[in-house]
Amino acid sequence: MPVRLADFPRVRYGMPGNAACPGCPETMGLRYVKMALGDDVVLVIPAGCSSVIQGYTPKSGINFPILNIVFASAASAASGMQAAFESQGKDTTVIVWAGDGGTGDIGFQAMSGAAERNDNIMYICADNEAYMNTGIQRSSLTPYGAWTTTTWTGKKEHKKNIPMIMIAHEVPYVATATVGYPQDFIDKLRKAAKIKGFKYIHLLAPDPVGWKFDPSLTAKLGQLAVQTGLFPLYEYENGKLTVSVFSRLYRKPEKRVPIIEYIKVQGRYAQLMKDPEKIKGLEEEIERQWKWIDILEKSSNPSSVAQQIIKENK
Amino acid sequence: MTQENSTLIIKDAETYFVVPISRPDFGSSGKTGSWRTERPVVNEEKCTKCLYCWLYCPEDTILRREDDMVYVDYDYCKGCGICAAVCPVNAIEMVPEVKRGEN
Repeated sequence: MPVRLADFPRVRYGMPGNAACPGCPETMGLRYVKMALGDDVVLVIPAGCSSVIQGYTPKSGINFPILNIVFASAASAASGMQAAFESQGKDTTVIVWAGDGGTGDIGFQAMSGAAERNDNIMYICADNEAYMNTGIQRSSLTPYGAWTTTTWTGKKEHKKNIPMIMIAHEVPYVATATVGYPQDFIDKLRKAAKIKGFKYIHLLAPDPVGWKFDPSLTAKLGQLAVQTGLFPLYEYENGKLTVSVFSRLYRKPEKRVPIIEYIKVQGRYAQLMKDPEKIKGLEEEIERQWKWIDILEKSSNPSSVAQQIIKENK
Repeated sequence: MTQENSTLIIKDAETYFVVPISRPDFGSSGKTGSWRTERPVVNEEKCTKCLYCWLYCPEDTILRREDDMVYVDYDYCKGCGICAAVCPVNAIEMVPEVKRGEN
């Protein structure tokens, strides 16, 4: 279902006057959640930027009821909350809104557990590719070559592919989205809300502070990440992977925007700009992303994928 | 904000708890318009009412009139400039704020 902007009522979805930095992608993302799902939503937020955005008591800067909780138990708390709603006969959507550290590093066991139990919750990872709240430390989702305060010559390892790990859990719905294409994100949220079971959406959130770019480019960089092929948009539903409309054009390498366009506006890639040899590391990351998509598209059954990989490695 | 609004009181037969609770409201960090160094100004002649600025604004400070013409809430706009960057017809211009005491 395509999203038409003029159809949205003239109400305020966000909460102005919060503590977010100018050009914050998380407040953008939270606004789209409100646009897509309406009022009957409860957020569970582990430590991260989203806990700070709320501002000072007695006011809250996020337009949802929120349970603030520790990193390691976000998904389990959401499971419990959903069970409580279900026993009361309520149809409330419970969403975990976590950062990349809360998803890929510290909160991973709780998320993996909830996915394995197939609890009826939605998990949104707002991926800004480092621990931005505590002062830009490296996380396992920081991409190759990026500067952080703990990898100041550029990270040497590759980014962990969390959406593919979630696909391997065989949950009903996995999708990637970015704040650069809100229509796509809203569409995926609406689709996910109708599905029963564990839903995972990976939202790329370009962060002006940690990525060191001009705050006005937040949306533009979200789009560039898709156009360079670095962050393909796809959804995995009922064992079938489909590449989303906005990403389909950039499937062929010759159609993609050169990766240098994405790198040169970000201060965190200053090391890569000095040493062009290292840009190959990021190009490898693109190839790896699309290789997985190709494999999964060809065979919708994950176990046959594993067999294929074993065959290739022999 | 009243005391009733900011706290949740749970009464039992024997126990009495007061739980501090925040409720969504404007300006949880004050009037954030004072953070701004540049202000967005909408050129109503150029505007095609595509609503991209309204869609992308992180703060929800771009508002729609009845005819879908947009205007800016300067009390809370932080001046990030996303609206000007996404506008396809360049109808939004970022104008530097006047320094305090200069006017």
